[in-house]
Order: sequence, then C-alpha cells, then structure tokens
Amino acid sequence: MFSALLVMAALAIVLGAVLGFAAIKFRVEGNPLVDKIDAVLPQTQCGQCGFPGCKPYANAIAEGTADINLCPPGGEEGIQKLANLLGMEFKPFGGATVPKPKSVAVIDESTCIGCTLCIQACPVDAIAGAAKQLHTVIVPECTGCELCVPPCPVDCISMIPIEENITNWKWKYPVYALTASKQAQ
Amino acid sequence: MRTLYKFHGGVHPPTNKTQSNLTPIAQAALPSKLLIPLHQHVGSSAKPVVEVGEYVLKGQRIGRPEGHLSSAVHASTSGTIAAIDMQRVAHPSGIPDLCITLIPDGLDEWIALDTCDDWTTLSHTDLRHRLREAGVVGLGGAVFPSDMKLYSHKHKIKTLVLNGAECEPYITCDDMLMRERAGEILQGAEMMRALLYAEEVLIGIEDNKPEAIAAMKSAVVAGNHQRMEVIAVPTVYPGGGAKQLIRVLTGIEVAAGVRSTNMGVQCFNVGTAYSAWRAIRFGEPLVSRIVTVTGNVSRPQNYDALIGTPMDELVAQSGQLPGTTGYIMGGPMMGVLMPSRQVGVIKAANCIIASSDKLFPTAKPALPCIRCTRCADVCPSELQPQELYWFSKAKNFDKAEDYHLFDCIECGACSYVCPSNIPLVQYYRFAKSEIWAREAGKKAADAARERHEYRESRIEREKREKTEKLAAKEKAAQAAKTPLQPVVAAANPDADPENTMQLKIQTAIDRAKEQAAAIKPKNVEQLTPQQQAEINDIEARRARIRELAKDNTDAQP
Repeated sequence: MFSALLVMAALAIVLGAVLGFAAIKFRVEGNPLVDKIDAVLPQTQCGQCGFPGCKPYANAIAEGTADINLCPPGGEEGIQKLANLLGMEFKPFGGATVPKPKSVAVIDESTCIGCTLCIQACPVDAIAGAAKQLHTVIVPECTGCELCVPPCPVDCISMIPIEENITNWKWKYPVYALTASKQAQ
Repeated sequence: MRTLYKFHGGVHPPTNKTQSNLTPIAQAALPSKLLIPLHQHVGSSAKPVVEVGEYVLKGQRIGRPEGHLSSAVHASTSGTIAAIDMQRVAHPSGIPDLCITLIPDGLDEWIALDTCDDWTTLSHTDLRHRLREAGVVGLGGAVFPSDMKLYSHKHKIKTLVLNGAECEPYITCDDMLMRERAGEILQGAEMMRALLYAEEVLIGIEDNKPEAIAAMKSAVVAGNHQRMEVIAVPTVYPGGGAKQLIRVLTGIEVAAGVRSTNMGVQCFNVGTAYSAWRAIRFGEPLVSRIVTVTGNVSRPQNYDALIGTPMDELVAQSGQLPGTTGYIMGGPMMGVLMPSRQVGVIKAANCIIASSDKLFPTAKPALPCIRCTRCADVCPSELQPQELYWFSKAKNFDKAEDYHLFDCIECGACSYVCPSNIPLVQYYRFAKSEIWAREAGKKAADAARERHEYRESRIEREKREKTEKLAAKEKAAQAAKTPLQPVVAAANPDADPENTMQLKIQTAIDRAKEQAAAIKPKNVEQLTPQQQAEINDIEARRARIRELAKDNTDAQP
C-alpha cells in the first residue's frame, strides 16, 4: 500500500512538472480573442464607438465591458460577424450610432492654410503636407473616419461619399416575380 | 487521328449561326463619330495623351498604357478629338467611364506604320513591347493584354491552343475570320509559338464550321507550318471555354485556382493571333475587329468595324427591324444587355444581337428550386449549381466559396436547363462581386491597421527619443561640473555647504573669465590705419576703465 502511495505521489510530481513546464514554454502572449475581434473591425480608427481606435474597442469587447453594436462603419454586417465570433445574439444599432455611406475626406485647396492640425489628427497618416504648405488627402489610404474635420480651423475639409464607378460596381441581387403576374395570366 | 477527350456536361442550344455566316465579311461604313473608351482591357485604364481639338491620324496612340497590366488605345480613323469625357460604355452597369470622342474627317488616313518583314529578327522583349503598344488584347471576350500571356519563363509551355471553337449561338466572327484570313492567323500563331517556346500548336474548331476547318487545314499546308494541327472538336456548348477546349484537345484538366500555364498550356483566340500578326508585320495597332451583327435585322452580317463605332450605326447597316428592344453584346448565353444603343464597339465586342420579344421572349416566371440537379448534370466545371444558388441567395458567401463558386465560368448552361427558370448565373455574378468587394474591404482594413499601428509606434518612439535626449542633456551638464567636486572634497573633507557653494560660484566666475579671454576680435586682418587707430583708442579706454574698477574693488574692503 505504501508503494502505491509513492507511485501516485511520484506521478503527481512528474505530471505537475510537465504542466508547469508547458505553461511557461507554450505561454500565449496577449489575448488571442482581441486579435480575432480586431480582424473583424473595419479599422477606420474613427473612435465613434467611444474608444480611441479599433484595438482598444476590441479589448473592451473581449473584456466584456463594451457592447458589440457600437461600430457604425462596420455596419450591421459587422455586428453580425462579431455576434457569430463571440456566440452572442445580434443587436441592432441603438441611439445615435447610425452607419453612414463610406466617404473620403477632401481638402479644399483654396482655403487650406497649412496648419498641420488635420495631419496630427489623422490616425492612418493619410494626409500629406507640412507647415504652411498645402495639405492633401491620400485618397486610397483614407478610411473616412472624419477625425480630421473638427480640428480644421478654416473648415476646409469635407467628407465626400464614394460613388459607384465601373471598377467598384457590383452585380445586383436578382429580383424577379416568383409567380406569374396577373397580366400574364 | 488524335484522341479527343470529353468534359463534363454541356448543352446543345440551337446554334443560329447560318443567318450571319453566308456572306463574306463586309467593311463597315465610316460612322459619324467614334466613342473610344480608355478602359477596354483587363488591368488599369489607359491615360489619354491627346487634347480636345487635336487632329489625329488613324492608328495614332491616344491612350498610353498605365502600369504593369495595361494596354494602349488608338485612334480608329483620322479626324479631330471632339471630347474627352465620361460617356456611357459597353458595360452592363450603364455607369459612365472616360471616353475619347473622335469625329472622323472621312480620309481614313493612316499614320506612318513601323512594318517588319521578318519578325524573327526582333527580340522577344521587343515583340512583347510592340504588342503592348499596339493595344493587342484577347479578342475572345476576356480582353486580357496579350503581351502578358506571352511569357514562358515561369512555366515550360508545351502546347499553344488556338481557340476557334466559337461555341456560343449566333456568333460567327471567328468562323468568318478563319475562312477568309486563315494564312495570317497561322502566321500570328507561329509567332506566338516562338514567344512561348511551345512545341505544338493545336487549333480547335467546332465541327459545325466545316468551311473554316477546311480553310485552316489548307492554310497549314500552304504555309508549310510544322507542328501545327487543325482539330475538329464536337459541337457542345461551352466547348469554346478555355478550360473546356484545353480538356478536349489535350486531356489536361486545369485544377481549381490553377492557371493552364502551370500545366504547360497557353490559350489564345484566333482573332488575337490575327491582330498580333497585323501589329507586328504591318505595325497596325488594334483599331478594328470583326463583329457579328445579327438578331432582329434584315441582313445579318459580319463587319470589319472600327473600335468606337456606335452600335446603333453599325446595326443600321444591317437593316434594323422594328420591334428591337435593345442590343446584347456577346451571345445569348453569356452576353450582356447594353445600357444604351449608342455605346461604342469595344475590343471585347464579338457580336451584337438586336434583341426583340420574338427572338428572346421575356423569361417565364421563376419557380422555386425543386433540386432536380439538372444544372449539376450540365455544369462544365462539375460544380453543384443548386447548392451555389442556395448559398448565393442566402448571401452565405463563405459557404459558396467552399463550393468553388470561383470555378464557375458563368456559361449559363445551368440557367438554360433549369425547369424552374431560375436566373442562376445572376445569383453567381452577384455573389462573386460581393465577395470581391468584401475582399477589397478586408485588404483596405488590413492596410489601415498597419498604418495606424506604425503611427502609434512612431509617436511612441518620438516621445521616447525626446525624453532620452533630455536625460542625456542633463547628464552632460552634470558631467561638466563633477571634475571640480573631488578637489573640493579633498581640500576640506568637512566643508560646510556654504563653503562649497562659494567654491562653485568662484569656479563659475573663473570659467566665465576664461571664456571672455578666449574671445578673439574678428575681421581685423585688413584694417585701414585710421580704423586701427580708432580700435587702439577704444582698447586704451577699456584698459583704463578696468584699472579703475580694480582700484575700486580693492579699496572697497
């Protein structure tokens, strides 16, 4: 009976050592869930969710301190994706958060005074320019977050919705009558 | 006799080809104006290099290729540029795109052309460059820049397949081209074979075109083309799809997500071979193509039409009949309805069908899918169209991709046999463009994340560098003082703080004096005697003041 106890104790020590080693060796840095949530978010870095950027919002969702329906640029599709990822119920947008059409910032060149305030505000470095030089938006990099609009002292930045053109045109969802119309009958 | 292979499925719609292939190719009359879009090819749009009001000659370059994957655009005839603006183009969306409007002067005068009697003297790079500059793109409908397909450095190309199958109903432009200009098609094919270092050229023609097969066969003999074979393939729609024709001729099945070049096969349309030959031999850029005009017209006919010819003017030459409801570009299976009748003929326009209610009655109302899987029986890509329909309809795009939606060639065979009249291809097109848009959005989001993270790290780094700089400055200041400290400590080990303070003040005064002494007068090399006298005077005065100050301080204690 004593030997049996010894064997069990030895086994416990060995397995404990293995588990302890594995915990150190295969330690996962950071929270992998945050990265997964961050991958779903649209990365506009607009702060409309109340957090300073997409990563902090992802952090807050992972911690359970923020709702999943706070991201207007992601749209309802984004909420659906977050709900699927987290195994939660879909939640419609509430209150003031309403999705807008995707836009880009455009600087009126005749009004810009070259103050660099918008450059400092842009979260993705999509505005080129220098002090007392004309600024311009690098359109393909602009996420349409509108963060550059309020700091502008001369109100020369406007948000222009992206129009449909030949390259971004999409085939529409087919719509047809399922049954013969009365006229055909 | 060569063994031919079969591909899965296929349908046999009425061919309706005899309406337009009984008369030879006619030269289309010069239209009143030409609407030439700058984006007629796969890749980035060409950039205009002419100005409004400029006079251009036929074949003059008006759009320069932009970027790696692009192609040039040329003036189709001589005349004046009337406008460079957004116009409706031959695209199902009806969205305007940048077009050059050219008013012909009626002379149809060519620019000086760079002919080449023997293309074998040119390097392969030069040949590809000439094709790019001549705006030669795939004329089978995909309009992919041909120069980009004529490389063989990545994969060993064994077989060049020349596609003359022309499987879609109504279209006869390749048929007529092969009948009338077989010799030049083969010359072009020979050149393409050399560029690809291919071992053989297989020319696949559907067996419902006996005249074209005979013409091509005799041209092979007449031109003494070695390693070239004209092969009659069974008439099955869509036997003219690149993957399907490759399968029939070589038995090679091009796997999902793989290009045929990986399997050692490259495929070109016969019209592309002809245009490539004209471009190299005669220096003629792609300014015209053979267009079948058929459908609700009194004289269906093939025309050699200038790129940019308004479709209504071209159809009028065949005698448009009343009751025409619109124009279809391409065939009845894969073609798209044009948003307007005035759009210009583009390089992809192989056929214009004037549609009418009699020819194409309004589709019967669609009924629910009964999962009969007739669509799966005819699908040439061996897909499960009923599942793809289900997932596309439910916008379950991930699942649709799992079922290989992107292997769908949109041939329309499934819609053709569907007993419930469901517009299946429309669903697939919708799902495909949604998935593309989503992927583009994802890419943009990833780029934005990267830029944002870089910005954060840059701000962090700048902050750190600033504090480090400050710390270093303070440290340097400390270091400047320290050498004196040990002396003080050694002199009076029990020196009170007041004493050390005084010492510090004394050293500071000494340092200031040293610095003052170190200052030397500048610009004193070339002084006039008068200036020198003045300076001497000032110096004397200063010395006197210093003397006085000294006496004062000495007297004070």
